[in-house]
Amino acid sequence: MAVLVIADHDNASLKDSTNKTVTAALALSGDVDVLVAGKDAKAAADAAAKIAGVRKVLLAESDELGQGLAEAFEATVVPLMANYDAVLTPATSQGKNISPRIAAKLDVAQISEIVEVVSGDTFVRPIYAGNALETVQSSDAKKVITVRPTAFKAAGEGGSASVENVAAGAPASKVKFVDQQLVKSARPELSGAKIVVSGGRAMGSAEEFQKVIEPLADKLGAAVGASRAAVDAGYAPNDYQVGQTGKVVAPELYIAVGISGAIQHLAGMKDSKVIVAINKDADAPIFQVADFGLVADYKTAVPELMDALSAAGK
Amino acid sequence: MKVLVPVKRVIDSNVKARVKSDQSGVDLANVKMSINPFCEIAVEEAVRLKEKGVASEVVVVSIGPAQAQETLRQALAMGADRGVLVQTDQDLEPLEVAKALKAVIAEENPNVVIMGKQAIDGDNNATGQMLAALLDWPQATFASAIELAGDTAKVTREVDGGLQTIEVGLPAIITADLRLNEPRYASLPNIMKAKKKPLDTKELGALGVDVKPHLKVLKVTEPAKRSAGIKVESAGDLVANLKTAGVL
Repeated sequence: MAVLVIADHDNASLKDSTNKTVTAALALSGDVDVLVAGKDAKAAADAAAKIAGVRKVLLAESDELGQGLAEAFEATVVPLMANYDAVLTPATSQGKNISPRIAAKLDVAQISEIVEVVSGDTFVRPIYAGNALETVQSSDAKKVITVRPTAFKAAGEGGSASVENVAAGAPASKVKFVDQQLVKSARPELSGAKIVVSGGRAMGSAEEFQKVIEPLADKLGAAVGASRAAVDAGYAPNDYQVGQTGKVVAPELYIAVGISGAIQHLAGMKDSKVIVAINKDADAPIFQVADFGLVADYKTAVPELMDALSAAGK
Repeated sequence: MKVLVPVKRVIDSNVKARVKSDQSGVDLANVKMSINPFCEIAVEEAVRLKEKGVASEVVVVSIGPAQAQETLRQALAMGADRGVLVQTDQDLEPLEVAKALKAVIAEENPNVVIMGKQAIDGDNNATGQMLAALLDWPQATFASAIELAGDTAKVTREVDGGLQTIEVGLPAIITADLRLNEPRYASLPNIMKAKKKPLDTKELGALGVDVKPHLKVLKVTEPAKRSAGIKVESAGDLVANLKTAGVL
Protein backbone atom coordinates (compact mmCIF):
# COMPACT_ATOMS: atom_id res chain seq x y z
CA MET A 1 0.00 0.00 0.00
CA ALA A 2 1.41 3.39 -0.99
CA VAL A 3 0.13 6.58 0.58
CA LEU A 4 0.34 10.18 -0.60
CA VAL A 5 0.31 13.09 1.84
CA ILE A 6 -0.61 16.53 0.50
CA ALA A 7 1.61 19.00 2.33
CA ASP A 8 0.38 22.14 4.07
CA HIS A 9 3.01 24.81 3.45
CA ASP A 10 3.61 28.44 2.50
CA ASN A 11 6.16 27.58 -0.24
CA ALA A 12 9.07 28.72 1.94
CA SER A 13 8.40 26.37 4.80
CA LEU A 14 6.33 23.42 5.86
CA LYS A 15 3.50 23.71 8.37
CA ASP A 16 3.52 21.44 11.40
CA SER A 17 0.21 19.92 10.27
CA THR A 18 2.12 18.20 7.44
CA ASN A 19 4.38 16.36 9.92
CA LYS A 20 1.29 15.32 11.90
CA THR A 21 -0.42 14.02 8.78
CA VAL A 22 2.71 12.04 7.90
CA THR A 23 2.39 10.33 11.29
CA ALA A 24 -1.19 9.32 10.43
CA ALA A 25 0.00 8.11 7.00
CA LEU A 26 2.79 6.01 8.54
CA ALA A 27 0.14 4.23 10.61
CA LEU A 28 -1.32 3.05 7.29
CA SER A 29 1.80 2.18 5.33
CA GLY A 30 5.58 2.35 5.28
CA ASP A 31 5.48 3.78 1.76
CA VAL A 32 4.62 7.42 2.33
CA ASP A 33 5.27 10.09 -0.29
CA VAL A 34 4.59 13.80 0.21
CA LEU A 35 3.24 16.09 -2.49
CA VAL A 36 4.31 19.71 -2.19
CA ALA A 37 2.10 21.64 -4.61
CA GLY A 38 2.71 25.36 -4.87
CA LYS A 39 4.81 27.97 -6.60
CA ASP A 40 8.55 28.40 -5.97
CA ALA A 41 8.08 25.76 -3.32
CA LYS A 42 11.46 24.00 -3.50
CA ALA A 43 12.31 25.08 0.06
CA ALA A 44 9.10 23.49 1.38
CA ALA A 45 9.82 20.34 -0.65
CA ASP A 46 13.34 20.13 0.80
CA ALA A 47 11.86 20.44 4.29
CA ALA A 48 9.40 17.64 3.52
CA ALA A 49 12.28 15.44 2.34
CA LYS A 50 13.78 15.69 5.82
CA ILE A 51 10.72 14.28 7.61
CA ALA A 52 11.55 10.88 9.08
CA GLY A 53 9.81 8.05 7.28
CA VAL A 54 9.07 9.87 4.02
CA ARG A 55 9.98 7.80 0.96
CA LYS A 56 9.85 10.44 -1.75
CA VAL A 57 8.73 14.05 -2.21
CA LEU A 58 6.79 15.10 -5.29
CA LEU A 59 7.01 18.77 -6.25
CA ALA A 60 4.35 20.28 -8.51
CA GLU A 61 4.51 23.97 -9.32
CA SER A 62 2.22 26.42 -11.10
CA ASP A 63 0.60 29.80 -10.46
CA GLU A 64 -2.76 28.18 -9.77
CA LEU A 65 -1.28 25.74 -7.25
CA GLY A 66 0.51 28.63 -5.56
CA GLN A 67 -2.84 30.37 -5.29
CA GLY A 68 -4.33 27.28 -3.67
CA LEU A 69 -7.09 26.81 -6.24
CA ALA A 70 -8.94 23.56 -5.56
CA GLU A 71 -9.49 22.92 -9.27
CA ALA A 72 -5.72 22.93 -9.84
CA PHE A 73 -5.13 20.55 -6.95
CA GLU A 74 -7.79 18.21 -8.32
CA ALA A 75 -6.15 18.21 -11.76
CA THR A 76 -2.72 17.58 -10.23
CA VAL A 77 -3.59 14.93 -7.65
CA VAL A 78 -6.19 12.79 -9.45
CA PRO A 79 -3.72 11.50 -12.12
CA LEU A 80 -1.14 10.77 -9.39
CA MET A 81 -3.66 8.56 -7.61
CA ALA A 82 -3.02 5.81 -10.17
CA ASN A 83 0.08 5.09 -8.05
CA TYR A 84 -1.45 5.38 -4.60
CA ASP A 85 -3.99 3.56 -2.44
CA ALA A 86 -4.70 6.50 -0.16
CA VAL A 87 -4.27 10.26 -0.03
CA LEU A 88 -4.13 12.10 3.29
CA THR A 89 -4.52 15.85 3.69
CA PRO A 90 -4.39 17.90 6.88
CA ALA A 91 -7.89 19.10 7.77
CA THR A 92 -6.97 22.77 7.53
CA SER A 93 -9.25 25.08 5.59
CA GLN A 94 -7.17 24.46 2.47
CA GLY A 95 -7.21 20.70 3.04
CA LYS A 96 -10.97 20.78 3.43
CA ASN A 97 -11.23 22.86 0.29
CA ILE A 98 -9.35 20.43 -1.95
CA SER A 99 -9.76 16.92 -0.58
CA PRO A 100 -13.50 16.30 -1.20
CA ARG A 101 -13.02 17.42 -4.79
CA ILE A 102 -10.38 14.72 -5.27
CA ALA A 103 -12.62 12.11 -3.60
CA ALA A 104 -15.57 12.88 -5.86
CA LYS A 105 -13.39 12.63 -8.97
CA LEU A 106 -12.24 9.20 -7.79
CA ASP A 107 -15.86 8.26 -6.96
CA VAL A 108 -14.95 7.41 -3.37
CA ALA A 109 -16.08 8.70 0.00
CA GLN A 110 -14.00 11.14 1.95
CA ILE A 111 -13.18 10.00 5.46
CA SER A 112 -13.20 13.38 7.11
CA GLU A 113 -11.02 14.66 9.88
CA ILE A 114 -9.82 11.38 11.34
CA VAL A 115 -8.41 11.36 14.87
CA GLU A 116 -7.26 7.71 14.91
CA VAL A 117 -6.16 5.04 12.46
CA VAL A 118 -7.62 1.72 13.66
CA SER A 119 -6.50 -0.35 10.66
CA GLY A 120 -5.90 0.02 6.94
CA ASP A 121 -9.60 0.59 6.29
CA THR A 122 -11.01 1.64 9.65
CA PHE A 123 -10.80 5.07 11.21
CA VAL A 124 -12.21 7.10 14.09
CA ARG A 125 -13.58 10.56 13.43
CA PRO A 126 -15.51 13.09 15.50
CA ILE A 127 -19.10 13.91 14.58
CA TYR A 128 -21.54 16.37 16.13
CA ALA A 129 -18.64 18.74 16.87
CA GLY A 130 -16.84 16.09 18.85
CA ASN A 131 -19.81 15.12 21.01
CA ALA A 132 -19.57 11.64 19.50
CA LEU A 133 -16.86 9.57 17.86
CA GLU A 134 -17.71 7.48 14.83
CA THR A 135 -15.68 4.42 13.86
CA VAL A 136 -16.05 3.88 10.12
CA GLN A 137 -14.86 1.18 7.77
CA SER A 138 -14.26 2.13 4.16
CA SER A 139 -15.02 -0.26 1.31
CA ASP A 140 -13.34 1.98 -1.27
CA ALA A 141 -10.24 0.70 -3.05
CA LYS A 142 -8.67 4.14 -2.80
CA LYS A 143 -9.06 6.13 0.37
CA VAL A 144 -9.32 9.88 0.56
CA ILE A 145 -8.78 11.06 4.11
CA THR A 146 -8.44 14.34 5.93
CA VAL A 147 -6.55 14.30 9.21
CA ARG A 148 -7.23 16.44 12.28
CA PRO A 149 -3.68 17.59 13.01
CA THR A 150 -4.21 18.07 16.76
CA ALA A 151 -4.90 14.33 17.13
CA PHE A 152 -1.47 13.15 15.91
CA LYS A 153 2.11 13.78 17.03
CA ALA A 154 4.37 15.49 14.53
CA ALA A 155 6.78 13.20 12.67
CA GLY A 156 10.31 14.32 13.42
CA GLU A 157 13.28 15.06 11.19
CA GLY A 158 15.90 12.60 10.09
CA GLY A 159 14.76 11.60 6.62
CA SER A 160 16.63 12.13 3.37
CA ALA A 161 14.04 11.52 0.68
CA SER A 162 14.57 12.52 -2.93
CA VAL A 163 12.57 15.35 -4.50
CA GLU A 164 11.01 14.61 -7.86
CA ASN A 165 9.17 17.05 -10.09
CA VAL A 166 5.68 16.11 -11.25
CA ALA A 167 3.32 17.85 -13.65
CA ALA A 168 0.96 20.51 -12.34
CA GLY A 169 -2.58 20.04 -13.62
CA ALA A 170 -4.54 22.94 -15.11
CA PRO A 171 -8.01 23.77 -13.73
CA ALA A 172 -10.80 22.48 -15.97
CA SER A 173 -13.28 25.13 -14.86
CA LYS A 174 -13.29 28.91 -14.86
CA VAL A 175 -11.70 30.18 -11.71
CA LYS A 176 -9.33 33.06 -11.14
CA PHE A 177 -7.38 34.20 -8.12
CA VAL A 178 -7.93 37.89 -7.35
CA ASP A 179 -6.01 38.60 -4.18
CA GLN A 180 -5.55 37.67 -0.57
CA GLN A 181 -5.25 39.47 2.71
CA LEU A 182 -3.42 37.38 5.26
CA VAL A 183 -3.54 38.70 8.77
CA LYS A 184 -0.08 39.71 9.86
CA SER A 185 -0.48 39.24 13.53
CA ALA A 186 2.26 38.69 16.03
CA ARG A 187 -0.14 36.27 17.69
CA PRO A 188 -0.25 32.63 16.64
CA GLU A 189 -3.13 31.39 14.53
CA LEU A 190 -6.10 30.27 16.61
CA SER A 191 -6.46 26.73 15.25
CA GLY A 192 -2.78 25.84 15.65
CA ALA A 193 -1.86 27.77 18.81
CA LYS A 194 -0.31 26.05 21.83
CA ILE A 195 -2.12 28.42 24.20
CA VAL A 196 -5.51 30.07 23.65
CA VAL A 197 -7.04 32.77 25.83
CA SER A 198 -10.76 33.25 25.22
CA GLY A 199 -13.21 35.82 26.49
CA GLY A 200 -16.95 35.60 26.91
CA ARG A 201 -20.00 37.77 27.24
CA ALA A 202 -18.98 38.81 30.75
CA MET A 203 -16.52 41.25 29.14
CA GLY A 204 -19.46 43.53 28.42
CA SER A 205 -17.85 45.53 25.60
CA ALA A 206 -15.31 45.34 22.80
CA GLU A 207 -13.05 47.80 24.65
CA GLU A 208 -13.10 45.64 27.77
CA PHE A 209 -12.40 42.52 25.67
CA GLN A 210 -9.32 44.19 24.18
CA LYS A 211 -8.20 45.55 27.53
CA VAL A 212 -8.53 42.26 29.42
CA ILE A 213 -8.10 39.35 27.01
CA GLU A 214 -5.49 40.60 24.58
CA PRO A 215 -2.76 41.60 27.09
CA LEU A 216 -3.15 38.24 28.84
CA ALA A 217 -2.87 36.44 25.52
CA ASP A 218 0.21 38.46 24.56
CA LYS A 219 1.87 37.75 27.88
CA LEU A 220 1.46 34.03 27.23
CA GLY A 221 2.23 34.18 23.50
CA ALA A 222 -1.29 32.88 23.01
CA ALA A 223 -3.95 33.17 20.33
CA VAL A 224 -7.17 35.00 21.19
CA GLY A 225 -10.54 33.28 21.08
CA ALA A 226 -14.08 34.19 22.03
CA SER A 227 -17.37 32.54 22.80
CA ARG A 228 -20.23 32.85 20.34
CA ALA A 229 -22.05 35.05 22.85
CA ALA A 230 -19.14 37.50 22.85
CA VAL A 231 -18.96 37.46 19.06
CA ASP A 232 -22.71 37.90 18.64
CA ALA A 233 -22.61 40.84 21.05
CA GLY A 234 -19.90 42.43 18.91
CA TYR A 235 -17.16 42.28 21.54
CA ALA A 236 -14.85 40.22 19.34
CA PRO A 237 -14.53 39.64 15.59
CA ASN A 238 -16.21 36.59 14.11
CA ASP A 239 -12.99 34.75 13.26
CA TYR A 240 -12.19 34.60 16.99
CA GLN A 241 -15.15 32.32 17.60
CA VAL A 242 -14.37 29.00 19.24
CA GLY A 243 -17.22 26.50 19.15
CA GLN A 244 -19.35 24.18 17.16
CA THR A 245 -20.02 26.76 14.46
CA GLY A 246 -16.66 28.49 14.82
CA LYS A 247 -13.19 27.04 15.16
CA VAL A 248 -12.43 23.77 16.90
CA VAL A 249 -9.22 24.10 18.90
CA ALA A 250 -7.19 21.70 21.02
CA PRO A 251 -4.26 23.65 22.47
CA GLU A 252 -2.01 22.59 25.34
CA LEU A 253 -3.62 25.28 27.49
CA TYR A 254 -7.02 26.89 27.09
CA ILE A 255 -7.95 29.76 29.38
CA ALA A 256 -11.64 30.70 29.38
CA VAL A 257 -12.33 34.07 30.94
CA GLY A 258 -15.91 35.03 31.72
CA ILE A 259 -17.26 32.20 29.60
CA SER A 260 -20.19 30.27 31.04
CA GLY A 261 -19.61 27.19 28.89
CA ALA A 262 -22.57 26.76 26.55
CA ILE A 263 -22.63 23.39 24.72
CA GLN A 264 -21.82 25.25 21.52
CA HIS A 265 -18.60 26.60 23.05
CA LEU A 266 -17.55 23.42 24.87
CA ALA A 267 -17.77 21.52 21.59
CA GLY A 268 -15.01 23.71 20.20
CA MET A 269 -12.46 23.44 23.00
CA LYS A 270 -13.04 20.40 25.18
CA ASP A 271 -10.17 18.44 23.62
CA SER A 272 -7.66 20.97 24.95
CA LYS A 273 -5.01 19.38 27.14
CA VAL A 274 -5.45 21.68 30.12
CA ILE A 275 -8.49 23.91 30.58
CA VAL A 276 -8.60 26.85 32.94
CA ALA A 277 -11.85 28.63 33.74
CA ILE A 278 -12.15 32.00 35.42
CA ASN A 279 -15.75 32.86 36.20
CA LYS A 280 -17.51 34.47 39.13
CA ASP A 281 -20.43 32.06 38.89
CA ALA A 282 -19.37 28.89 40.71
CA ASP A 283 -22.17 26.95 38.99
CA ALA A 284 -21.12 27.85 35.43
CA PRO A 285 -20.96 24.68 33.26
CA ILE A 286 -17.44 25.59 32.13
CA PHE A 287 -16.18 24.37 35.53
CA GLN A 288 -17.36 20.84 34.70
CA VAL A 289 -14.72 20.56 31.98
CA ALA A 290 -12.04 22.76 33.57
CA ASP A 291 -8.94 21.21 35.08
CA PHE A 292 -8.37 24.33 37.12
CA GLY A 293 -11.24 26.59 38.07
CA LEU A 294 -10.91 29.98 39.66
CA VAL A 295 -14.20 31.31 41.01
CA ALA A 296 -13.59 35.03 40.83
CA ASP A 297 -14.55 38.19 38.99
CA TYR A 298 -12.26 38.45 35.98
CA LYS A 299 -11.83 42.17 36.74
CA THR A 300 -9.67 41.29 39.73
CA ALA A 301 -8.56 37.79 38.71
CA VAL A 302 -6.98 38.66 35.37
CA PRO A 303 -4.74 41.48 36.74
CA GLU A 304 -3.73 39.14 39.55
CA LEU A 305 -2.99 36.42 37.03
CA MET A 306 -0.86 38.86 35.01
CA ASP A 307 1.11 39.68 38.17
CA ALA A 308 1.48 36.03 39.12
CA LEU A 309 2.74 35.25 35.61
CA SER A 310 5.26 38.10 35.83
CA ALA A 311 6.39 36.80 39.21
CA ALA A 312 6.83 33.38 37.60
CA GLY A 313 9.07 34.91 34.96
CA LYS A 314 6.54 35.18 32.14
CA MET B 1 -30.67 34.56 -12.14
CA LYS B 2 -31.82 31.39 -10.47
CA VAL B 3 -30.23 30.38 -7.16
CA LEU B 4 -30.45 26.87 -5.77
CA VAL B 5 -29.88 26.36 -2.05
CA PRO B 6 -29.60 22.83 -0.66
CA VAL B 7 -30.63 22.62 3.02
CA LYS B 8 -30.27 19.88 5.60
CA ARG B 9 -32.40 19.00 8.61
CA VAL B 10 -30.12 18.40 11.59
CA ILE B 11 -30.21 18.31 15.36
CA ASP B 12 -30.71 21.83 16.71
CA SER B 13 -27.32 23.40 17.44
CA ASN B 14 -28.36 24.15 21.03
CA VAL B 15 -29.14 20.51 21.80
CA LYS B 16 -26.39 18.22 23.04
CA ALA B 17 -26.05 15.13 20.91
CA ARG B 18 -26.31 11.94 22.96
CA VAL B 19 -24.88 8.63 21.87
CA LYS B 20 -27.25 5.64 21.97
CA SER B 21 -26.32 3.01 24.53
CA ASP B 22 -26.06 0.31 21.84
CA GLN B 23 -23.41 2.45 20.06
CA SER B 24 -25.44 2.40 16.84
CA GLY B 25 -25.53 6.17 16.49
CA VAL B 26 -26.74 9.40 18.03
CA ASP B 27 -30.20 9.42 19.59
CA LEU B 28 -32.45 11.66 17.50
CA ALA B 29 -35.79 10.48 18.91
CA ASN B 30 -37.75 13.37 20.44
CA VAL B 31 -34.86 15.76 19.85
CA LYS B 32 -35.45 19.25 18.49
CA MET B 33 -34.41 19.40 14.84
CA SER B 34 -33.70 22.57 12.84
CA ILE B 35 -32.23 23.79 9.62
CA ASN B 36 -28.44 23.34 9.66
CA PRO B 37 -26.95 26.73 10.73
CA PHE B 38 -24.69 27.02 7.68
CA CYS B 39 -27.59 26.16 5.35
CA GLU B 40 -29.57 28.92 7.04
CA ILE B 41 -26.79 31.38 6.21
CA ALA B 42 -26.88 30.19 2.58
CA VAL B 43 -30.65 30.71 2.41
CA GLU B 44 -30.27 34.20 3.87
CA GLU B 45 -27.65 35.10 1.26
CA ALA B 46 -29.84 33.86 -1.59
CA VAL B 47 -32.86 35.78 -0.26
CA ARG B 48 -30.75 38.94 0.02
CA LEU B 49 -29.68 38.48 -3.60
CA LYS B 50 -33.33 38.31 -4.54
CA GLU B 51 -34.16 41.41 -2.52
CA LYS B 52 -31.36 43.26 -4.30
CA GLY B 53 -32.84 42.22 -7.64
CA VAL B 54 -29.81 40.10 -8.54
CA ALA B 55 -31.60 36.77 -8.19
CA SER B 56 -34.98 36.15 -9.76
CA GLU B 57 -35.84 32.88 -8.07
CA VAL B 58 -34.58 31.05 -5.00
CA VAL B 59 -35.22 27.30 -4.97
CA VAL B 60 -34.46 25.32 -1.81
CA VAL B 61 -33.90 21.58 -1.96
CA SER B 62 -33.51 19.03 0.79
CA ILE B 63 -32.63 15.38 0.54
CA GLY B 64 -33.98 13.57 3.55
CA PRO B 65 -36.99 12.17 5.39
CA ALA B 66 -40.57 13.46 5.09
CA GLN B 67 -39.94 15.73 8.08
CA ALA B 68 -37.39 17.68 6.03
CA GLN B 69 -40.47 19.45 4.67
CA GLU B 70 -40.40 21.48 7.89
CA THR B 71 -36.82 22.50 7.11
CA LEU B 72 -37.86 23.58 3.63
CA ARG B 73 -40.82 25.53 5.07
CA GLN B 74 -38.37 27.28 7.40
CA ALA B 75 -36.34 28.35 4.35
CA LEU B 76 -39.50 29.39 2.49
CA ALA B 77 -40.50 31.51 5.49
CA MET B 78 -37.15 33.30 5.22
CA GLY B 79 -38.02 34.24 1.66
CA ALA B 80 -37.17 31.36 -0.69
CA ASP B 81 -39.73 30.90 -3.47
CA ARG B 82 -40.09 27.18 -3.91
CA GLY B 83 -39.05 23.94 -2.28
CA VAL B 84 -38.07 20.51 -3.56
CA LEU B 85 -37.92 17.52 -1.22
CA VAL B 86 -36.06 14.47 -2.45
CA GLN B 87 -37.42 11.97 0.01
CA THR B 88 -35.39 9.14 1.49
CA ASP B 89 -35.00 7.55 4.89
CA GLN B 90 -31.49 6.40 4.04
CA ASP B 91 -28.71 8.25 5.85
CA LEU B 92 -26.69 9.40 2.85
CA GLU B 93 -22.97 10.14 2.70
CA PRO B 94 -21.80 13.46 1.20
CA LEU B 95 -20.86 11.82 -2.12
CA GLU B 96 -24.37 10.39 -2.52
CA VAL B 97 -25.94 13.71 -1.54
CA ALA B 98 -23.74 15.40 -4.15
CA LYS B 99 -24.87 12.87 -6.78
CA ALA B 100 -28.52 13.46 -5.91
CA LEU B 101 -28.02 17.23 -6.03
CA LYS B 102 -26.35 16.89 -9.41
CA ALA B 103 -29.50 15.18 -10.67
CA VAL B 104 -31.69 17.94 -9.22
CA ILE B 105 -29.45 20.56 -10.84
CA ALA B 106 -29.89 18.86 -14.22
CA GLU B 107 -33.64 19.48 -13.84
CA GLU B 108 -33.51 22.94 -12.30
CA ASN B 109 -30.58 24.49 -14.20
CA PRO B 110 -29.64 27.10 -11.60
CA ASN B 111 -27.04 29.80 -12.38
CA VAL B 112 -25.46 29.41 -8.99
CA VAL B 113 -25.68 27.06 -6.03
CA ILE B 114 -25.17 28.53 -2.56
CA MET B 115 -24.97 26.00 0.26
CA GLY B 116 -23.66 25.62 3.79
CA LYS B 117 -20.01 24.68 4.12
CA GLN B 118 -20.77 21.90 6.56
CA ALA B 119 -23.61 20.12 8.31
CA ILE B 120 -23.24 20.08 12.08
CA ASP B 121 -24.16 16.39 12.39
CA GLY B 122 -21.70 14.56 10.12
CA ASP B 123 -19.22 17.49 10.15
CA ASN B 124 -17.80 16.37 6.81
CA ASN B 125 -17.49 19.72 5.05
CA ALA B 126 -17.47 17.90 1.71
CA THR B 127 -20.77 17.98 -0.18
CA GLY B 128 -20.27 21.34 -1.92
CA GLN B 129 -16.76 20.53 -3.10
CA MET B 130 -17.89 17.08 -4.29
CA LEU B 131 -20.83 18.55 -6.17
CA ALA B 132 -18.50 21.03 -7.88
CA ALA B 133 -16.20 18.19 -8.92
CA LEU B 134 -19.05 16.03 -10.25
CA LEU B 135 -20.35 18.95 -12.33
CA ASP B 136 -16.87 20.21 -13.27
CA TRP B 137 -17.96 23.59 -11.97
CA PRO B 138 -15.65 25.97 -10.14
CA GLN B 139 -16.02 26.16 -6.39
CA ALA B 140 -15.72 29.01 -3.91
CA THR B 141 -15.79 27.50 -0.45
CA PHE B 142 -16.08 29.16 2.97
CA ALA B 143 -17.46 32.41 1.58
CA SER B 144 -17.61 35.49 3.79
CA ALA B 145 -18.69 37.84 0.97
CA ILE B 146 -20.30 37.23 -2.41
CA GLU B 147 -20.64 39.70 -5.30
CA LEU B 148 -22.49 38.47 -8.36
CA ALA B 149 -21.94 40.40 -11.57
CA GLY B 150 -22.93 39.13 -15.00
CA ASP B 151 -21.64 35.62 -15.43
CA THR B 152 -19.08 35.70 -12.65
CA ALA B 153 -19.08 35.67 -8.88
CA LYS B 154 -16.40 37.39 -6.84
CA VAL B 155 -16.13 35.55 -3.57
CA THR B 156 -14.12 36.39 -0.47
CA ARG B 157 -13.11 33.18 1.27
CA GLU B 158 -12.05 32.42 4.82
CA VAL B 159 -8.66 30.72 4.52
CA ASP B 160 -6.05 29.74 7.08
CA GLY B 161 -4.69 32.98 8.44
CA GLY B 162 -6.86 35.45 6.56
CA LEU B 163 -9.01 36.03 3.53
CA GLN B 164 -8.67 35.17 -0.13
CA THR B 165 -10.70 36.59 -3.00
CA ILE B 166 -11.35 34.55 -6.12
CA GLU B 167 -13.51 35.00 -9.15
CA VAL B 168 -15.47 32.03 -10.46
CA GLY B 169 -17.32 31.75 -13.74
CA LEU B 170 -21.00 30.83 -13.37
CA PRO B 171 -22.46 28.33 -12.90
CA ALA B 172 -20.52 27.67 -9.73
CA ILE B 173 -20.84 26.23 -6.26
CA ILE B 174 -20.41 28.62 -3.35
CA THR B 175 -20.31 27.36 0.23
CA ALA B 176 -21.23 29.69 3.08
CA ASP B 177 -19.10 30.32 6.13
CA LEU B 178 -20.22 31.84 9.41
CA ARG B 179 -19.31 35.43 8.61
CA LEU B 180 -21.28 35.67 5.38
CA ASN B 181 -24.34 37.14 7.08
CA GLU B 182 -26.64 36.91 10.06
CA PRO B 183 -29.80 35.06 9.10
CA ARG B 184 -33.09 36.81 9.79
CA TYR B 185 -35.85 35.48 11.97
CA ALA B 186 -38.89 34.61 9.89
CA SER B 187 -41.86 36.78 10.83
CA LEU B 188 -45.19 35.19 11.67
CA PRO B 189 -46.88 36.49 8.48
CA ASN B 190 -43.99 35.07 6.43
CA ILE B 191 -44.28 31.74 8.23
CA MET B 192 -47.99 31.69 7.30
CA LYS B 193 -47.21 32.69 3.73
CA ALA B 194 -44.58 29.95 3.47
CA LYS B 195 -47.26 27.32 4.03
CA LYS B 196 -48.78 28.25 0.70
CA LYS B 197 -45.54 28.30 -1.30
CA PRO B 198 -45.03 25.38 -3.69
CA LEU B 199 -43.16 22.37 -2.34
CA ASP B 200 -42.66 19.37 -4.63
CA THR B 201 -41.80 15.97 -3.26
CA LYS B 202 -40.12 13.22 -5.21
CA GLU B 203 -38.60 9.91 -4.22
CA LEU B 204 -34.81 9.62 -4.23
CA GLY B 205 -35.17 6.47 -6.34
CA ALA B 206 -36.78 8.52 -9.11
CA LEU B 207 -33.53 10.44 -9.64
CA GLY B 208 -31.74 7.27 -10.72
CA VAL B 209 -28.52 7.94 -8.83
CA ASP B 210 -26.19 5.40 -7.27
CA VAL B 211 -26.58 5.73 -3.51
CA LYS B 212 -24.63 2.69 -2.43
CA PRO B 213 -22.79 3.51 0.82
CA HIS B 214 -18.99 3.57 0.77
CA LEU B 215 -18.54 3.71 4.50
CA LYS B 216 -19.88 1.39 7.16
CA VAL B 217 -20.35 2.81 10.64
CA LEU B 218 -19.02 0.17 13.02
CA LYS B 219 -19.87 2.06 16.17
CA VAL B 220 -20.56 5.48 17.60
CA THR B 221 -19.14 6.14 21.02
CA GLU B 222 -18.93 8.94 23.51
CA PRO B 223 -15.61 10.71 23.69
CA ALA B 224 -13.62 10.20 26.88
CA LYS B 225 -15.11 12.36 29.59
CA ARG B 226 -12.90 14.96 31.15
CA SER B 227 -12.35 14.19 34.79
CA ALA B 228 -13.60 16.94 37.08
CA GLY B 229 -10.78 19.32 37.90
CA ILE B 230 -9.96 21.24 40.99
CA LYS B 231 -10.87 24.72 42.16
CA VAL B 232 -7.90 26.93 42.88
CA GLU B 233 -7.97 29.69 45.48
CA SER B 234 -6.00 32.42 43.75
CA ALA B 235 -4.21 33.48 40.59
CA GLY B 236 -0.92 32.54 42.22
CA ASP B 237 -2.26 29.11 42.98
CA LEU B 238 -3.37 28.77 39.37
CA VAL B 239 0.07 29.64 37.98
CA ALA B 240 1.71 27.14 40.34
CA ASN B 241 -0.68 24.42 39.18
CA LEU B 242 -0.10 25.24 35.51
CA LYS B 243 3.64 25.01 36.04
CA THR B 244 3.23 21.60 37.66
CA ALA B 245 1.04 20.50 34.76
CA GLY B 246 3.83 21.53 32.41
CA VAL B 247 1.84 23.92 30.26
CA LEU B 248 3.59 27.15 31.21
